[in-house]
Amino acid sequence: MKAGTNLEKVLAGGHFTVTAEAGPPKGTSPKVLQRKGETLRACCDAVNVTDNQTAIVRMSSLAGCTLLKQQGVEPVMQMVTRDRNRIALQSDVLGAVALGIGNILCLTGDHMRFGNHPTARGVFDMDSIQLVRVLKTMRDEKKFISGDDISGDVPLFIGAAENPFADPFEYRVLRLAKKVAAGADFIQTQAVFDVEKFQRWMKMVVDRGLDKQVHILAGVIPIKAAGMAKYMQTSVPGVSVPQGIVSRMEAAGKENAKEEGVKIALEIIEQLRNTPGVHGVHIMAVGWEDIVPEVVGKAGLLPRPVID
Amino acid sequence: MLSITQPKKFEKVLGFLKRDQKVFLVGCGTCTTIQHTGGKTEVLAMKAKLEESGKQVTGWMVIPTACDPLVEDAVLEKAAEINASDAILAMPCSFGVQTVALYTKKPVYPALNTMFIGKEQSPGKFNEVCMQCGGCIIANTAAICPIVRCAKSLFNGPCGGSVGGKCEVDPNTPCGWQQIIDRLTEQGRLDQLEEIMKLKDWNHSLWGGPRQITLEY
Repeated sequence: MKAGTNLEKVLAGGHFTVTAEAGPPKGTSPKVLQRKGETLRACCDAVNVTDNQTAIVRMSSLAGCTLLKQQGVEPVMQMVTRDRNRIALQSDVLGAVALGIGNILCLTGDHMRFGNHPTARGVFDMDSIQLVRVLKTMRDEKKFISGDDISGDVPLFIGAAENPFADPFEYRVLRLAKKVAAGADFIQTQAVFDVEKFQRWMKMVVDRGLDKQVHILAGVIPIKAAGMAKYMQTSVPGVSVPQGIVSRMEAAGKENAKEEGVKIALEIIEQLRNTPGVHGVHIMAVGWEDIVPEVVGKAGLLPRPVID
Repeated sequence: MLSITQPKKFEKVLGFLKRDQKVFLVGCGTCTTIQHTGGKTEVLAMKAKLEESGKQVTGWMVIPTACDPLVEDAVLEKAAEINASDAILAMPCSFGVQTVALYTKKPVYPALNTMFIGKEQSPGKFNEVCMQCGGCIIANTAAICPIVRCAKSLFNGPCGGSVGGKCEVDPNTPCGWQQIIDRLTEQGRLDQLEEIMKLKDWNHSLWGGPRQITLEY
């Protein structure tokens, strides 16, 4: 075991793993995340707390993960390289470990221009792949990348993201291989709507044996409304929503939108369970965390395994 | 290459001059003349606008190359008109503005924003290709700089927002990493990217502190 976190144990046990995302508030109340933690506790093996997602300032991931930890919900701390340099990032890793956080997902981050502080300076001292390697160095060599020793252990379960729907398609597997080589233990992908394309990517992943070296959790976003489907289709870079799904949501109308959205998510999850190399799902129900227990339940993934 | 400039909004320029009634104008005969942002025509247009706004222009000049030590002589030549002014409004790029400021005690304000050192893609079209980081990495990336040509300066790109060869930040901006991958693929050397690029040493760039060099000829 690298960190002995619940996420690591569930994946190591060969269970189809479930993680979900909890977005922190644009404010100071701990209650927001605590409520999301309670909602997601029994239906997830770990819960990601995002890091100023979309470059919009929110409560920090480190604080959010600590709140979840305090209520007994296992967190995954997301860290972007957009806002902090190597000094701050390594420092936050030490703090995270001291607070009992073991799962860390390494990302570059959405560009500042998407957020509410578009005039901010971007840091980008390193990218996500370099951050994965930094964490691996801290954990396995117990050293900072400067070469100094770290006192104490740094038990980390290191994650990274990959997007099979970005271009160039063929290069995406090579980039995944780089993340594995850098030290990624688990991968959470961008949301899957185009299952056929995702399965083509997974075939390349399996052909290279990467599924034996890293655990891949496929992203799923339950769609709440037709407008949301349309928005993702046209305005979110790297998210690919087939017209078929948009049409289904439009046809469902307002009253049946949520029901249809859940149906679509369940169909996708079923196909993902049958896709070789996929070890779980990562449910990103942004602003709709309440639906996750229903989705996980109806997908036949309850109860979640309890591992000592 | 050219120092690429864009005019500041006139209200902003007037804001700089709020304590100054009498203004001396300086233009540059090189980059800003070519770009029509700070040559003779623009200097005279600015003179007219300032006078319309109630300022008094004590004089003007266009220095052939405003980032050159010969600026010292140019400033001396116009000493009378400069002394009669309260401030200088300078229309070269910021290299020229800062040079003028070296040789006068008068306040010197920039009329332009200096954008980047531009490489000419096609007549009149300039893009940024180098940010002078002091530790060139383009041997690894088919002579395309990812620090500048990738919006997030990825060293192991592309990111998950690269779609159709375009950057997620601007649909008109090509994804620098797509360009790198295309060129390496053409050269049969895509495998070069299997190596994870080391962390950047930023110490030789802006973040190492103000840089200077003395060349021995």
